[in-house]
Amino acid sequence: MSSLPPYAGPLERSWFYAYRTICAAIFVFLIAPIFVIIPLSFNELPYFTFTPEMLSLDPAGYSTKWYEEFFAEQSWRDAVGNSFFIAIFATLMSTSVGTVAALGLSSPAMPFRSAVMAILISPMIVPLIISAAGMFFFYTRIGLASTHLGVILAHAALGTPFVVITVTATLVGFDQSLVRASASLGANPTRTFFKVIVPLILPGVISGGLFAFITSFDEVVVVLFVGSVEQRTIPWKMFSGIREEIRPTILAVATLLVMISMLLLTMLELLRRRNERLRGLSPG
Amino acid sequence: MAQAEITGDTMRTADGVPLKLALERALFRSRLRAVMLVLPLFAFLLVTFVLPIFDMLFRSVEDQIVADILPRTVVAIEAWDETSGDLPGEPVFEAIVKDMAEGRKNKTLGRVARRLNYEVSGAASLFRKSGRKAPKITQGPYREKLLKIDKRWKNLDLWNLIKREKGDFTASFFLAAADMQYQPDGSIGMRPENRQIYVHLFGRTLWLSGLITVLCLLLAYPVSYLLATLPLRSGNLLMILVLLPFWTSLLVRTTSWIALLQTQGVINSFLVGIGLIDDGDRLQLIHNQFGTIVAMTHILLPFMILPLYSVMKTIPPSYMRAARSLGATPFTAFVKVYMPNTVAGVGAGGILVFILAIGYYITPALVGGRTGTLISNFIASFISGSTQNWGLAAALGVMLLAIVLALYFLYDKIVGIDNMKLG
Repeated sequence: MSSLPPYAGPLERSWFYAYRTICAAIFVFLIAPIFVIIPLSFNELPYFTFTPEMLSLDPAGYSTKWYEEFFAEQSWRDAVGNSFFIAIFATLMSTSVGTVAALGLSSPAMPFRSAVMAILISPMIVPLIISAAGMFFFYTRIGLASTHLGVILAHAALGTPFVVITVTATLVGFDQSLVRASASLGANPTRTFFKVIVPLILPGVISGGLFAFITSFDEVVVVLFVGSVEQRTIPWKMFSGIREEIRPTILAVATLLVMISMLLLTMLELLRRRNERLRGLSPG
Repeated sequence: MAQAEITGDTMRTADGVPLKLALERALFRSRLRAVMLVLPLFAFLLVTFVLPIFDMLFRSVEDQIVADILPRTVVAIEAWDETSGDLPGEPVFEAIVKDMAEGRKNKTLGRVARRLNYEVSGAASLFRKSGRKAPKITQGPYREKLLKIDKRWKNLDLWNLIKREKGDFTASFFLAAADMQYQPDGSIGMRPENRQIYVHLFGRTLWLSGLITVLCLLLAYPVSYLLATLPLRSGNLLMILVLLPFWTSLLVRTTSWIALLQTQGVINSFLVGIGLIDDGDRLQLIHNQFGTIVAMTHILLPFMILPLYSVMKTIPPSYMRAARSLGATPFTAFVKVYMPNTVAGVGAGGILVFILAIGYYITPALVGGRTGTLISNFIASFISGSTQNWGLAAALGVMLLAIVLALYFLYDKIVGIDNMKLG
């Protein structure tokens, strides 16, 4: 259906254009809500809609005051700091244990492979509200609730499945004879790991790490339950902001977050291309 | 090992170990190495994730409040025959007066009052009121004096409840989560019609998740087909339109739907602007089921497109051409040849979206209003809201978890966990 064959009749021809229109409409549905908030965040007035001044492109209808408010307010600055602090440590934790586990899981000698895999993936499947409720109960018992460490551990647990999945996917095409070659040339297992295995699986590790980072960075349910005001993150502030008093500052934050997503997406795409090029899966 | 030699009928390695044994040892060592690599993550998840889930399972049946805070009463009430229809005797009343006095001193009386209030309404205020006066009752007749403080102590349901819940474990949270309760005669039956909430709520959650899954499928199918059949370069370009929402924060997407759908929002203003509706009767598009359905369909759509796309990508275009050359119309070729090949993708995407939808909390909480909230919202409100009831929250959570795990099992059977792909 990529292009019309020359023998297409009028019915097929009109269906072809109708189909393209439907697809375009669905793409608009997917992407428009994300882009609509960008101009709205520059609204001069505290409304969530386009004012007549904005529609007539009058510069007086636009302002950056919501961004200024965001950067000026201490609680938002704290939230940004908390978000990055928690996400970075959670990512380091889940990426390191997740990568090592993926190496074990990819070994043909691993017993009960699929059962173990099912357990390791489960944090991704169990509804967040259930994980959050369980963590709230248990972390309260052991004194981890309302601490940064508690939230970091919880987020690391939620991020590990992504690391395991992406790294095992990278290891599918991994040639085990490279390890034996390295050993036969006199490298010990540690040296083999850092000089042979790591460079080859690095794209998978990084993209798994990016998944883990965004999981923690966007996560709100667990922070709401396990954390307290001391641990409030950007999503926490947005959630309570929308619930209590919705201000366009939230739209400004949302716009900044869209920028971060675009950045992450670009990085992932570059990694994917590099990975494919390294394995000779695609030209150039 | 290169110089394996045969002595007798067993093969041996150069150092004399039977070959079979040496092989087994080597295999054991590599197995051990694999296990040791997985072990840190396993232990980590055990503490941070699995134990919390078990804690929740435990909380859904654990109930030591009555036994802890009313220790004398639960001993004394053993002698009471609940089938007699009489009030418990003097010793029970003496015990509860002393327990209440002590509970008030230790500030634990409120907990037992709240616990009993889940099942006998009014119990909280009864305990609070009587607890204040209990320390002053120092000698009998306790029953007479307590009844004078409040007549509600005549309520046999309350005494039944105390006797039933004196143990460390209870089924009442699960019964409540299934809209059931103990009848006065001790049997289990449904709650009165007007107090049934959760079965209906589970029904609504399943129905909305199903509807959202179907909507996602309807929207994802044509788009995935287009992406899979376009030339690689333009396909990848359009794929960004799918991946960008996928990577954008859930709260950002929910916020944009609020901006679009609210009564003073973009869509309503547009409709008023072009004169389709009057300024006075703007459409209520949010804080109801409609809002939940639209926003969640949008948020979950990429989770349907990605698995469908990866399956469609593997279907050779020659299949369709072959069907056409054998005389099938484009429609027949598509329905009879192409669609059956995509069943795996439909199953994978469908189960994934359904699993994600059934446990959604944030989006329904922000755009669902009263009619668009799901079971998760009730679990959350029982944990941190004004109506605290951790046991009931845990029981509802366990039931939700059971549904999700059944679906997860199904997903594993159909797709295989190993084949799960991201992005």
